[in-house]
Amino acid sequence: MSDNGAVLDVKNVTVTYETDKGPLHTVRNVSLKIAPGEIYGLVGESGSGKTTLARAVVRYLPANGKITSGSIKLSDTDLYQLPREEVRKIWGSRVTMVHQDPNASINPSMLIGDQIAEMARIHLGMNKKQARDRAIEMLTRVRMPDPESVAKRYAHQLSGGMLQRVLIATAMSTNPEFMIMDEPTTALDVTTEAVILDLIHELMADYNTAILFITHNLGVVARLCDKIGVLYAGEIMEEGSIDEVFKKRLHPYTRGLLGCVPRVDASKKDISLSSIPGYIPRPDDLPDGCIFAPRCELVEDACEKERPPLKEIAENHFSACRRVDQLQEKIERKDELREHHEEELGDIVLEARNIKKYFPFTPGIGSLFGSKKAELKAVDDISVRMRSSFTMGIVGESGCGKTTLARCIAGIEEATSGEIELQGKLLAYSVKKRPHDTLKKIQMVFQNPDASLNPQHPAGDSVARPLILLRDMSRKEVREKVKELFKAVSLPEDYIKRLPHELSGGEKQRVAIARAFAADPALMICDEPISSLDVSVQASLMNLLTELQDSAGTSYLFISHDLSAVRHISDWIAVVYLGRLWEIGSAEDVFIPPYHPYTEALLSAIPIPDPEVKQDRIRLKGSVPSPLNIPSGCRFHTRCPRKYGEICEKEEPPWQDMEDGHRICCHIPLEELRELQGDGLLKKSSAGGGS
Amino acid sequence: MGSYFIRRIGFIIITLILASIIIFSITQFLPGDVAQVILGQFATETAIANLREELGLNEPLHMQYLNWAGNFIQGDWGNSLVSRMPVRPIVTQRLVNSAMLAGLALLIYVPLGIVLGVIAALKRDRLPDQMITGVSMAFVGLPEFVSGLLLISFLAIGAGWFPANSSIDPDSTFFEALPFLVLPAITVSLTGLGYVARMTRSGTIDVLRSDYVRAAELKGLPGSQVLTRHVLRNSLLPTVTIVAMGIGWLLGGLIVTEAVYGYPGLGRLLVYGIQRQDLPIIQAGSMIVVAVYSLSNLAADIIYGMLNPRIRVD
Repeated sequence: MSDNGAVLDVKNVTVTYETDKGPLHTVRNVSLKIAPGEIYGLVGESGSGKTTLARAVVRYLPANGKITSGSIKLSDTDLYQLPREEVRKIWGSRVTMVHQDPNASINPSMLIGDQIAEMARIHLGMNKKQARDRAIEMLTRVRMPDPESVAKRYAHQLSGGMLQRVLIATAMSTNPEFMIMDEPTTALDVTTEAVILDLIHELMADYNTAILFITHNLGVVARLCDKIGVLYAGEIMEEGSIDEVFKKRLHPYTRGLLGCVPRVDASKKDISLSSIPGYIPRPDDLPDGCIFAPRCELVEDACEKERPPLKEIAENHFSACRRVDQLQEKIERKDELREHHEEELGDIVLEARNIKKYFPFTPGIGSLFGSKKAELKAVDDISVRMRSSFTMGIVGESGCGKTTLARCIAGIEEATSGEIELQGKLLAYSVKKRPHDTLKKIQMVFQNPDASLNPQHPAGDSVARPLILLRDMSRKEVREKVKELFKAVSLPEDYIKRLPHELSGGEKQRVAIARAFAADPALMICDEPISSLDVSVQASLMNLLTELQDSAGTSYLFISHDLSAVRHISDWIAVVYLGRLWEIGSAEDVFIPPYHPYTEALLSAIPIPDPEVKQDRIRLKGSVPSPLNIPSGCRFHTRCPRKYGEICEKEEPPWQDMEDGHRICCHIPLEELRELQGDGLLKKSSAGGGS
Repeated sequence: MGSYFIRRIGFIIITLILASIIIFSITQFLPGDVAQVILGQFATETAIANLREELGLNEPLHMQYLNWAGNFIQGDWGNSLVSRMPVRPIVTQRLVNSAMLAGLALLIYVPLGIVLGVIAALKRDRLPDQMITGVSMAFVGLPEFVSGLLLISFLAIGAGWFPANSSIDPDSTFFEALPFLVLPAITVSLTGLGYVARMTRSGTIDVLRSDYVRAAELKGLPGSQVLTRHVLRNSLLPTVTIVAMGIGWLLGGLIVTEAVYGYPGLGRLLVYGIQRQDLPIIQAGSMIVVAVYSLSNLAADIIYGMLNPRIRVD
């Protein structure tokens, strides 16, 4: 142990990349300490240098990256001075890492057990047999069901949540002093994320490992970590204990980040999300004064002259803001309230009745002779109705059928049966058979704007295409309209000529939104449109979508696995599991008990960026069953935390109606659900969250 | 695995049937009448008519095909129109010769190509990589008659280490034939090496960039173990495919090399058959090449499946 008892002691570290354009100081002057058993959450937008810092700490930088100053100590060892060969010995034994994408981080052609056993063989000097036993022991410790058989499987035979357990088991198997977790739950469903976070929490009680937990999700930090450091453009802006930082928020950047996160107790009708204007600066283009000044709402002249140092404001609470005093005065979260619109019911835009989509599935030799037909029931009898200027949020775990449903409505996928009616007119299943004038009325925005924009076409051309193809505009009209659309999505006019690779992720998604609006659609299908973006960009896009809806009256079908985003943007929410609808109702109602046990589990899994909110721990076992083999009776009974009795396995549950069209499909009587679920999530969070 | 195997065999049978139809049809379109070709320019009308009858040439095409295919399956591949000898011993003899040459060439260029490819990937964009990539590309581009003649003039005529002419005895065993095989094998290896090295290089670079290799390094595994346990098994997958494609090429496509060395392989037999419109030779030779192609691809897929658990089918 070093003198101060910290496992990891990083002092004034600067990391520099040598590039063609000269040196880039990506991380500057960062210090942090992590004590045994402590979880340190490092947060920040993409490009803030989180991963660079983590890799520098373990001396795993690419060839052109170098630690140019500072010191790094791991207990008594000076990592910075250690020769390369010695560093390799520390990897895996004293320092381990859990990576972001469990699917990609496990060797696909090597047995799971062997990959865990490697650690024990190399670092603990065990023989093959001992190492194999150790691997199974570790799998048991991470509560892997049936560890013996999992050890003999390959990565593709396990779900994402199970793979993440494998990575954690591997990382813990040498009982390291220090562990880095780099966005370990980002690629997982919210329900799986909750289970993994619980697991990490439990393991920490047994092991005394110091953890550096990197994430962009403030809710995850609030739930798991002891300490938080907010990194911005390579420098720490604020650092302190979770309670202190979340309560006092003594840096405008921290406030900005927290303001971007949608709340579970308010929607677009009540507040607009605050977003942070502008972009994170590149390390070669830093402002002279405070690096956050150009995006800060409290900025004054002095801020732009001198860079403020990280100062201790209260005990162990640091901030790099000059105007901490002003911040301390205004602690309350401020939300920009929106005027309530008098709600009128719009005309019905979309009526989808009993949509089914079965994919034929024939394994093995059968495909040659067409025998043994099985069906993958991706969507199995879902009906939705949408009015104009209305947003329907669809939530559910991955594999629940939400995207297939959207693709059937858009006609990209041909529904197997059911009726799709758009503004009173029955539509063909396939987009190819739909008449020209209905094509423009349904538009889609996809998750990944990189893949949905042609990299060879300037942004303006992408937006112009629907105008030419679907609206027969003249060249001059097109030019005018493109300008208008760019303005509507708040992009500068000179962006019209830019190629997609010259735009940021958020800007590309704005172009995609502009393109969808170019067709003047009645219905826009947004399939996870904000999921791969930073919180501040997410917030500004959600505000943009809300504004555009107010002015154009378009309806959105908004698919997301992020329940707080859905809660914010949707008027109504539909909860989907295994191809069926289980609950539907207004966003407010769905978030208040009684709710469906599945909804309840989803809600209790939401990571809420407020350490004072204590959520009920309702966790789902295992993963979604295969749609090839749907459970009998209520499809949810195999994982239901509130299973009622045998009836759940035998009979399909009935729809139970409540006021205002809120419906739940469950065997448990509403009264009983209400009793079981008490006040629910919403009350508690508003008690703790202020406003 | 069992049903997968059966399915693949089924596909191969379908492939062979389709190939036989195509081969049979193409040989029908070759210019000239078969009977005329056999009997020569000065044959009488009656003789030609008799021979046509005898050969079954007056029957409808599909009957001719079925007769031919039926006989082919039973091992009667017909007689050469030129030499009147049975085709089967000729073709199998040449197949054995080609297989010997292919075997030696594969033994040379596959291991060498993999080693060079891995070295190039590990030293990417540095001198060893640039040298390996540059030289192997130059060899791929070098025509076989050039490299063949250069090898003959230096190693055979100049140094006198190997015979310049490789027209071996029909009955020689592999070891008897070995000295004659070396130069042609080196010649084709120069081409094959480039493909294998390039494929291995790019496959290895992809895998070296993967998250699981990063994870393996951060486990503290020694570099050699990262390479053998985590990299190679995944990075050699594309190489397996290119090697399998090479087998077909080695057995039926080495026309130039075989000609330069006078080596009696399958490729030259086919050219010879086409020049003389010796239909049974063309048909049998082509069928053998198609069969070898299909089987080597099957072998590649099985090896692929062993290396890559993701595509193993139960």
